[in-house]
Order: sequence, then C-alpha cells, then structure tokens
Amino acid sequence: MASHDAITERLSGPPASAWGGGVAPFATGSKKLGMWLFIMSDAITFGALLMAYCYVRVAAVEWPKPFEFYPALVKATVMTFILLSSSVTMVMAVQASKSDKRSSTVKWIMATMLGGLLFVIIHATEWVGLINEGVRLFHNPWGEPLFGAAFFTLTGLHMTHVFCGVIYLGVVATWFGKGKLSAEDVEVAGLYWHFVDLVWMFIFPLVYVLSIHQG
Amino acid sequence: MSETHAAHHAPTGFIRKYIFSLDHKVIGIQYYFLALFSVFVGLTLSILMRLHLAWPHTAVPLLDKLSPLGAPGGVITPEYYLSLLTLHGTLMVFFVLTTAPQSGFGNFILPIQIGAEDMAFPRLNMMSFWVTFLALIVLIATFFISDGPPIAGWTNYPPLSAVGGAAGPGMAVGDTLWVFSIAIFCVASMLGAINFIATTLDLRARGLSLMKLPLTCWAWFITAILGLLSFAVLLAAGALLLLDRMGGTSFFIPGGLIVSDKILSNHTGGSPLLWQHLFWFFGHPEVYIAILPGMGVTSHVLSTFARKPIFGYRAMVYAMGAIAVLGFGVWGHHMFVSGMSPYSAFAFSILTMAIGVPSAIKTFNWIGTLLGARIRFDSPMLYALGFVSIFVTGGLSGIFLGQPPIDIYFHDTYFVLAHFHFIMGVAAIFGMFAGTAFWFPKMFGRMMNETLGKVHFWITFVGVYAIFMPMHYLGLEGNPRRYSEFIDNFLVPLMPLHRFISIAAFITGGAQLIFLANLIWSLFWGKKATENPWEATTLEWTVPSPPPFDNFAGLHPVVYHGPYEFSVPGAEKDYIMQTDAEVLKEG
Repeated sequence: MASHDAITERLSGPPASAWGGGVAPFATGSKKLGMWLFIMSDAITFGALLMAYCYVRVAAVEWPKPFEFYPALVKATVMTFILLSSSVTMVMAVQASKSDKRSSTVKWIMATMLGGLLFVIIHATEWVGLINEGVRLFHNPWGEPLFGAAFFTLTGLHMTHVFCGVIYLGVVATWFGKGKLSAEDVEVAGLYWHFVDLVWMFIFPLVYVLSIHQG
Repeated sequence: MSETHAAHHAPTGFIRKYIFSLDHKVIGIQYYFLALFSVFVGLTLSILMRLHLAWPHTAVPLLDKLSPLGAPGGVITPEYYLSLLTLHGTLMVFFVLTTAPQSGFGNFILPIQIGAEDMAFPRLNMMSFWVTFLALIVLIATFFISDGPPIAGWTNYPPLSAVGGAAGPGMAVGDTLWVFSIAIFCVASMLGAINFIATTLDLRARGLSLMKLPLTCWAWFITAILGLLSFAVLLAAGALLLLDRMGGTSFFIPGGLIVSDKILSNHTGGSPLLWQHLFWFFGHPEVYIAILPGMGVTSHVLSTFARKPIFGYRAMVYAMGAIAVLGFGVWGHHMFVSGMSPYSAFAFSILTMAIGVPSAIKTFNWIGTLLGARIRFDSPMLYALGFVSIFVTGGLSGIFLGQPPIDIYFHDTYFVLAHFHFIMGVAAIFGMFAGTAFWFPKMFGRMMNETLGKVHFWITFVGVYAIFMPMHYLGLEGNPRRYSEFIDNFLVPLMPLHRFISIAAFITGGAQLIFLANLIWSLFWGKKATENPWEATTLEWTVPSPPPFDNFAGLHPVVYHGPYEFSVPGAEKDYIMQTDAEVLKEG
C-alpha cells in the first residue's frame, strides 16, 4: 500500500503528537484501520438483519420452536466450539507471524481454515437435514413461514462470510509463506476471522437457543 | 511492496491513465462526470413530469419510441409518470447528491488538502467508482426493458415493491433491477467510506492536526462515517427485499394482502413497516450525506471570499458532528402517519427539533463570517451565498414537518416536496455549483467564465424559488404528491399555479445548459488558471493547476497554520497559507 510506506517514511522524522498529522493515529497502518471500518459496516448489516429477525419474530402470532436438544442444539454447540477453537488457532498464527516464524504461521492459519471448513460442512449437513424435513425459505412444517426465511438468511449470510474467510485465509497463508505479505496482513485477516466468530455468538443464542422445543 | 510502485509512478497507457486509473484525481473527475450525466437525465425526467402535470395530454415527441407502453402516442400514462418520478428520485439522490459532493470533489480535493499523494487505498478507490458505474448502468437499463422502470418511488415501499409484477408496470423485472442497482451502490459507498475515513485519519501532513483541517475535509470525513454506517442497513434491507421478490419469503408482505383484486395466498407474516424502519434508518442519514459536503464547501468558500476567518471554527466542526449523531435518531419522523405510538413520535420529534440547533449554529456562523466583511462576489461566492439562503428556507419548513400534528396534515403533499427539494436537492446542488466554480481551476487548469457563471447563478437562484416556493402553498391546500394529473377534482383551481411552476421549471432547467456550456467551453478555451487564483490558504492551492500525478512531486508538505487565516493583523498579505513557515511580524 502506498499509504503504509508513506506513513513509515514520515514516522522517521521528529515525533509529532498522535493526532497532529504526519503519523497514523492508533499507531496502525491504514490496512488495519480499513479492516476495522469494514467490520463496523458489516456488523451493522448483520445488526440490521438480526433486528429484522427480532421484529418479525416478536410480531408473529406464534414463532416455531422446533429445535430439539439433540441433534440441533448439540450440533450447533459443536459448531460454536469449532469456530471458537479456530479463533484460538488464528491468535496463534498472528503470534507466530509477529516473531516471523513463517512456516509455523502458515500451519496455524491452515488449522484455522480447517476449523472454518469443518464449521461450514457441519452447517451444510444441518441445512440439508432441515431441507429434508421440509423447511424452505417460504414454508416449514411448524407454522410461521418466516421461520425458514429468517433462519436461512441469517445463517446463510454468516456461512458465506465463513466460507469467504477460509478463501481469504488461504490467500494470506500462501502469500505470507512466500514472503509477500507482512505480519500485519496476517493480523488484519485475523480481525476479520474473529469478527465472523463474534457474529456467530449472536446467531447461536438468538436463532438456536431461543428456538429450542419446550415441553 | 509491488503496489507501492504501481501507485507512485504515473501510468502511461491510455486505459491505466484515464479509464482504470488509480489516481484519486482522475477518479474524482470520473465521479463528477458520472454525476453530471445523471443530473441531466434526472433533470430531463423532471421536465417531462412538470410538462405532464401542467398539460396532461401533450404528446412528447420520440417518447413513444422509448416506451411504447408508457407513452402511447407520446402521451405519458399515469403509470409512466410514476416511473419517471421513481427514476428521477433514484438518480438524483444516489447518483447525484451522494456521488458528486462526496465522491467527486472529495476524491479530487481531500488528499491534496491534507497533503497526501493519494487516497489510502487507490485500488479500492478505483473499484468503488466502477462499482458505482455498474449500479448506474443497471438502473438506466430499466428504461430499455419491455417492463419499463419501476413505479414505487425512490423509497420503494413494500408491499408494492415486494409483490412483483402484479403491482403494476415495471414492478416485475424493473424493480428487481432497481434493488440490485441500489445494493451494488451500497457496496460502492461502503468501499468509498472506508477509504475516506482511513485517508483523513492516516495521511494528514505533518502539523495538520484535526483542528487545522479545512471544514471541507471535516465534512467529507463525517459524511464518510455516515455512509459507512447507514448504507450497511440499506444493504440488509435490499437483501431482504430481493428475497421477498425472488425467494418467496415474506419479510415485508403481510398475510391476506389483496393485489389487483387477487388475494396473495402464498405470503404471510411480514410487515411493510419493517422496510420503512430499515429504509429510513439509512434514509435520514442519507439526507446529511447529501448536504454535509455542501456545508463544507460553503464554509470554505464563504471564508475565502469574505477574506475573514470562518466564524467559530470549532463550533462548525462540533455542529457537523452533532448533526451526524442526531441524524441517526430521527428516522421515525418519516413515519409519523404509519400508526406509530404517539410516544415514539414525540421522541422522534424532539430529536428532529434538536437538529435545528446545530443547523442554526452553522447558519449564524456563516452570517457571522460575512458580517463586516469586504466580500468578493465571484461566482463561487454567489453559489455559496445561494446555499445559505436555500438551506435556511428548506430548513424552516423542516421545523413544521418535524412536528407530528402538523406533519400528519402535510404528509405526502407538495409541502414535503418543497421541503426536501430545497434542503436536500437544491441546497446540495448549490454546494456543487460552488465547488465546481471554486475548484474548476484546480481540477482542469482553466478558469470558468465569470459572466456565464453569474447569469447562471441568478436565473437558477430566482428560478428554484419560483419553482419550490409555491409548492408550500399547494401543500397547504392539500395537493398530494405523486399524482400524475389534477384535472378532474378539487385541485383544478390550483392548475394555474401548477402551470406557473412548470414554466419556472422549464426556464430554470434550460438555464442549466448555460452551466453545462460554461463547463465545456472553459474546459477547452477558459483562461489559464494560476496556482492560487482565489488567494486561498489551503494545501490544494500550493500545487500547480492541475496538480501533477503525485500532487506534491514527492515532497511532504508541512502545515503551520489553520485553514482560514485571512486578514490576520500584522501579516504581509491578507491571507496566510497553511504551509507558510514565516511567523507573524512583531507589531
């Protein structure tokens, strides 16, 4: 990035205050700031969708609660565990990249990708199971048709984010392994990955736990 | 890094230089011309609408060629009238008001004003322009499909917009294209916003602290924050609407809905109000996205041509910030008649009124800047003064509409039309005129013609008042908006006024050709511009007109002064450049 070089160049002069110009505030490069900004924007998109979900759910006469503790909730819990673990491996990758251990970084990123892929695969089998039970975007066996619409929209968008994240991490791992990317690039990718995790931490309770079959 | 070099050396091929350019200046000009194209298409549509309103059965030559169904024999049908207003609104709001002031001028000027050689992410910048371009193409395409453009207005309210072709012409394929276009536009805006924020925070020259930023930069910065946070919501809303239209979901469609005499049996459970909430959570900040850059330009130009420091610089910054923050809490005032609880309406109303405070601070500060000044009445200054006048006029009717008891009467009448055309449309357009006249020498290296500029200003200024002032009265009389003709009901006595407005619109619309002619003529034959023709202080006036590829020829400028140091006692000239190292002389 042009900006990054420009910043380091200007950092070599006499120090100014953090906000006084000539240096990047927060002592971060523009890429990291850009990712944070993207995360803010994307969080609001998810936030709007979650609000919409809550809105139609509250307005519904009776929102279906079809999920049994086993297998639905157990599966979702396992998925949560896998996703959280992949965040830990991502932290390890960032840590390794900071001490310039290239092959170790690549290994940890690949572990993270494995976690992401596992998540997507289990999620996909869950989707297939629900579709086989007759759940569609516009219809489901339990009444309120918006249940399927909200479920597939929210989890679908999240799954897309995870899937894109796996590809993104693949690119970062490859290029970092070849020495084309810096440790900060790994960290920036990590930010995205943790964000996608965090979104799931809202979807898990709101979509799964609140829809457990009672009685 | 490889990209560093790509960004630092001027490209040589035509395509890399002018089409897929990474240079913020080229991208800014691309945005500007995209908006210029859109504004003239949008203007033509409004002329057609005014023609139809005043003389409903007039045949428009060639219009039946464009749309045999919408204008059989050249006479506009009521449905086609709705198509025209939908496209007029969408083009103007998204591709003109959002695009030119922020992405156009912002892209060209912001990096230079902060002493950077480019935006923080040049590639992202190029991408956001071309994504915007794609969105425009998708929108314009609706004119040329057999279905025609959608008829649901720029707010695209469901259930009309969610039930597909049954809702009328243009609502099958046309409206799907509309939603796609806007979703694409949201992505482009987000990319642009990220770039603007990162650039402003990270790339300021040494010494250019936040409180030394020109108010234009503050305006672009705050607008970018608004864009980042609000378009994300519209994107979500658009995704849900697309699912309703194409996936069979019912997010916005209630059960038992009757469309064209048929019950929609396959949809149930949704709420059209959900769209209104999501849309206006974007839609109100969008109003400030349109107007804040205009405020920035106006502040900048007023100070420069009054040869006085801007009155209350900090107050101006805080006022813009306050407007932005409050702007996220007032979306409900678009929904007073939606059946919302009066308590909610009260809260939204209070917050809406509160926006009057920072707006008044800005207005009084502009007047304070002008007070006792020896004003130079060059055309940029005239446009900026026009902005202040129109901003006040449009703002005052906002005080009426912000109160539920009054708004319930005025809702969906021409009063609303008058209000938002003044405050969001014309005021922002005057900001763009001011920006064009002010920065044209920097952008293209030539001066615009002063006489043509002044003639254009006066016709336009008087013209817009002649168009929109009477609309307040129409609204008071209960004239509803979005109706295509008023020839067989209680509104017949108002027809002479409608004809007056139409004639004023034709003259004002025609006057825009003067602006276009001035622009094109000056582009090729205007007087060569010097480095600093307006004797302004900010960094863009320290570089040649037009600036070289990397703006500062590889140097990093250092800033010592605030942006509005005019007529400083003891200084040699009546202005001190931000980069002037010399300290004031004693005495």
